[in-house]
Amino acid sequence: MSTAAAEVKIGQDTHHDEHHDHEQSFISKYIFTTDHKMIGKQFLITGILWGLIGVGMSVIFRLQLGFPEMQLEWLRPLLGGWITEAGKLDAEFYLALVTMHGTIMVFFVLTAGLSGTFSNYLIPLQIGARDMASGFMNMLSYWFFFLSSVVMMSSIFIETGPAAGGWVVYPPLSALPQAIQGSQLGMTLWLVAMVFFIVSMLLGGINYITTVINLRTQGMSFTRLPLTIWAFFLTAVIGLLSFPVLFAAALLLVFDRSFGTSFYLSEIYIGGEALPNMGGSPILYQHLFWFLGHPEVYIVLLPALGITSEIIATNSRKPIFGYRAMIGSMLGITVLSFVVWAHHMFVSGLNPFLGSVFMFLTLIIAIPSAVKVFNYLTTLWKGNIIFTPATLFSIGLVSFFISGGLTGIFLGNSVIDIQLHDTYFVVAHFHLVMGSLSIFGLLAGVYHWFPKMFGRMMDEKLGYIHFWFTFIGVYMIFFPMHYIGIAGFPRRYYSWTNFDAFSSYTDLNMFVSIAAIVTVTAQFIFLFNFFYSMFRGRKAPQNPWRSNTLEWTAPIEPGHGNWPGEIPTVYRWPYDYSKPGAEEDFIPQHIPLSETPESNLPHEQELAKKEVVSKKDNAGAEA
Amino acid sequence: MFNLAIGLGVVLLLAILFLIFRISSLIGVAKGNSKKVATGSNRFNGAFFMVFLIGAGILFFWYSFKEYNNYQLPVASAHGSEYEFMFWLTMGVTGVVFILTQILLFYFAWKYQYKSDSKALFYPENNKLEVAWTFIPAVVLAVLVFTGWRVWSDITSPAPENTNNIEIMGYQFAWDVRYPGLDGELGNYDYMKIDAVNSFGIDFTDKAAYDDFTYREMVIPKGEPVTFNIRAKDVLHSVFAPHFRLKMDAVPGMPTSFTFTATKTTEEMREELNDPEFNYEIACTEVCGKGHFSMKKNLVVLEPEAYREWYKEQESFLKRNPDYLSEVPSELKEMALLKTGIDNNELAK
Repeated sequence: MSTAAAEVKIGQDTHHDEHHDHEQSFISKYIFTTDHKMIGKQFLITGILWGLIGVGMSVIFRLQLGFPEMQLEWLRPLLGGWITEAGKLDAEFYLALVTMHGTIMVFFVLTAGLSGTFSNYLIPLQIGARDMASGFMNMLSYWFFFLSSVVMMSSIFIETGPAAGGWVVYPPLSALPQAIQGSQLGMTLWLVAMVFFIVSMLLGGINYITTVINLRTQGMSFTRLPLTIWAFFLTAVIGLLSFPVLFAAALLLVFDRSFGTSFYLSEIYIGGEALPNMGGSPILYQHLFWFLGHPEVYIVLLPALGITSEIIATNSRKPIFGYRAMIGSMLGITVLSFVVWAHHMFVSGLNPFLGSVFMFLTLIIAIPSAVKVFNYLTTLWKGNIIFTPATLFSIGLVSFFISGGLTGIFLGNSVIDIQLHDTYFVVAHFHLVMGSLSIFGLLAGVYHWFPKMFGRMMDEKLGYIHFWFTFIGVYMIFFPMHYIGIAGFPRRYYSWTNFDAFSSYTDLNMFVSIAAIVTVTAQFIFLFNFFYSMFRGRKAPQNPWRSNTLEWTAPIEPGHGNWPGEIPTVYRWPYDYSKPGAEEDFIPQHIPLSETPESNLPHEQELAKKEVVSKKDNAGAEA
Repeated sequence: MFNLAIGLGVVLLLAILFLIFRISSLIGVAKGNSKKVATGSNRFNGAFFMVFLIGAGILFFWYSFKEYNNYQLPVASAHGSEYEFMFWLTMGVTGVVFILTQILLFYFAWKYQYKSDSKALFYPENNKLEVAWTFIPAVVLAVLVFTGWRVWSDITSPAPENTNNIEIMGYQFAWDVRYPGLDGELGNYDYMKIDAVNSFGIDFTDKAAYDDFTYREMVIPKGEPVTFNIRAKDVLHSVFAPHFRLKMDAVPGMPTSFTFTATKTTEEMREELNDPEFNYEIACTEVCGKGHFSMKKNLVVLEPEAYREWYKEQESFLKRNPDYLSEVPSELKEMALLKTGIDNNELAK
C-alpha cells in the first residue's frame, strides 16, 4: 500500500520537473495545447470573435426593421448580391441573417464561449486539480469546435447563402432545397457544423463531469464546492443528456435531405410537383429539437448563474445566502429542464391534453428560479458591496433574470401562448433571460477572472462605462419589444407594412434599432479594455478581490499544473466572508479551521478538533 | 475627400479618447486607487442604480399607460375575452413581483454599498425563509396553472356538431380558403391531385366535394362557432388572426384545427375603431421562406343572415371549372351535376 502511494508521489514530482526544465514550443503551448487554462482562453477568444459576427448581423437586420426606407447600397462591398438592385436588403438574406444570428449566439457564443471558457478555466483551478481528467480530449473538444466554426463560417460565403429557416431549422422548410435557397448547400453545411459542434460539447462535457467527480483536492467535498463548479457540473450533465438527441434529429434530417427518407416529410406539393414522401411528421423533428432546445436554455443559463453567485458573494463580502437551496434549485432546474420542451409547441397541433401537462411542468420550473432570485437578493441585503465591473454585471444579470423570467410565466401558459407565440414578446423574453443574462454572465466572468487569466487587471472605469451603456442599452432594446409583441407583431418578418394590424410602432422599432446600434458600439469599449489590458494593464496582485476560492492561491500566472508545490487542501466551504470574530472579512478555503478558533461556529469547533493538518500545508498557507 | 475627412475625424476622436483614458488611469495611480478597497466610483455606481430604478420605472409606467390602446388589440372572439382575463391576471401577479423584486435589487445595491466602517452581516441561511419563498410562489403558480387549464380546455374542446367548417390552406406564400358548400361537409382531398387550378387537390370521387367552393377572402358568420380546418401544402405555416386571439400551425401531412366564435362583425369593428378602412387579417407566424412576411388573407365577419345569403350565392368549384367533371366517376356524374347546379344543356354547348 505504502509503496503504491510513494510511486504516485514520485510520478507527480517527475512530471513537474519535466515542465520546469524545458520551454514548450509555440505550437504545443498556444495551439495544440492540453493545458485547460489555455484551452479556456481559446474558447473565450473564439467566442468573442463569434460574438462580434453574430451581433454584427443583428445590427444589419435591425437597420432593415428600424429604417425600412433606408438605402443600404453602402453595404454592397460587404454583402454583394444580397443587396437588391433597389438598394435594399434581400428578403431571403434577411432570414439567413436571423438564422445565423440565432445559431451563432446560442451555440457558438453562449454555449461554447461561456461554458467552454469558464468550465475549462475554472474547474481545475477551483477544485484543486492540476488539469482536466483528459487533457487530450479537452484539446480535441476545442479543435472540433474550431472545425465546426470553420464549416459554419464557410456557409456564410457560398452563393446560395447560409441556412435560412430560423435557428430551429424546422423541416420541411429546411429539408427541401426548392423551398428556400438557404436550404441548399447552406443547410448541409449547417448540419455538418452542428454535428462537429455536438462532438465538441460531448468531449468537453464528459471531461468536466469526470474532473469534478474524480479530481477534487483533499477536503473538497461536494458540499464545499463553489457554486460555479456546481453550475458547470450540472450544465455538463444537461449537455451530455440532451445534445445526442439533437444529433439524432440532425441525422434524420440529413437522411431526409439526401437519401430520400420520410422521417419529417409527408404529403408535400411544392414547386409544381407532388413529392413521393408519405407518413413522416414535421412534429417529430420539433419534439427532438426541443428536447435539446429547451435544456439548451439552461446550458447557457446555469453557468452564468453560477458565476454570478460567486461574484455577488465575493463582492458583497457575504456568504451566498442559502448555499444548499441554491444547489437544490439548480438540481431542480436540471431535472425539470428535460420535461418542459413541448411548451415551444403549444400551437403546433400538439394534443391539447399534452399542452396542459407541459403548461403545468413549465410553470413549476418558475419555483426554483424564484428561489434563486430571492437568495441573490438576500445575499445583497446587509452586505458591504464593492462595485467592481463584475459586480455590476452580476446585479444587471439578476435584473434580467427577474424581467425575462417573469415573462416566461406568460409564455409557459398555453392559453397566453396562443396569442404571443412567435411574436416579438417571445423575442423580448428570451433575449432578456437567455441572451442578455448569459452575455452578462460571460462579461462578469471575464472582468472577475481576467487577473487570473492574464496576470493583469482590466481598467475599472472603462468597465463601469461599458456596463452602464450595455445595461441601459439592453433594456432599451428588449423592453419595447414586449409592447410590439403584445400588439401581435410576428417575429422573422422582413417588413410589417403588408398588414394594417402591424403597421404601427414604426417609431418604436426605430428606437429599438438606434438603441441596438449604440449598445453594440459600446462593446468596443470592452474589446479595447480586454486587449489593451492583456498587454498593458496594471499587474494583478495574487488575490485582487480578496476571494476565498482556491484559484487565488495559485501563482499569479499559474503554469502547467497550476500549483508549483503541493495542491492546497480544503478545510471549509468557499463562502466564509465577514465571519464574526475573524480579523479579515474573508477566510480562504485552504485555511484550516484549527487556525481560526476566534471565528469558528460551534459545530466548526468540533470539526477543528478532529482536523488533521500537515505541517507542510500550514507552511504553504502562511507563505 | 469627404470620406477622408470623416476618417480623419474618427481617428482624431479615438486618439483623444485614448488620451483621456491614459490620463485618468495615471491619475488613478497617483491617487493610489489600486490600494483602496473601493474608490469614489463605488458611490457613483450605487447611486446610479437608484437613478436607473426611478428613471426606468417612470418610463415603464408612463409608456404602458399611454400606449395601452395601441398595443392592446380589440378582442373579436368569444374566447378572446377569456384569453384577456388570463393575460391580465398573469400581468397582475407578475407585475407585482416584478416591481417589488426590482426595487429590492437596486435599493439593496445602493443602500448596502461599501462603507469602510461597516461590516457585512454573516447570514448564510434561514430554512424558514427558503420554505416560505418556495411555498408562496408554488401556491400562486398553482392558481395560474388551474385557471389556465380551465381556459385552455375550454378553448381546445372539440368543435360542436353545428360548427361552420371552413378549410384554410397555407402555401408559399398565401392562404387559400375552401367552403363545404350547401351540404356542410368538406370533400376529401388528396395532395397527389393538386395542380395549378385545383390547388386544394379536391378528390372528385367524394360526393361531398361537388358543392365545395373557394373564395378570395375568408368570410365567417358572427355569433356562430366556426372551425378552421388547417392544412399546409408545402412547408409549415401558422394561421394567426390577432383580433381573434387565434393561432394554429399548418402542418403538411397533419391536419389541425381551431374552433372559435366571432363576436363582432367587420362593420361593428369599423365603427368601434372609427376606421372605415379596417379589416380583420390573417397572418403567417411560422417562418416559411422568402415571402413569409407577405402571407396575408383578409377576414370578413358578417351577420349570420348576410353570411347565409353570401354563402348561397357562391358557385361551386366544379361549376366554375367543369373540366374536372372528367374526374367524377360515371355513376356519380348525375349527382355531381345536380349538386353543383350545372345546367346539362349548357355543358353540351
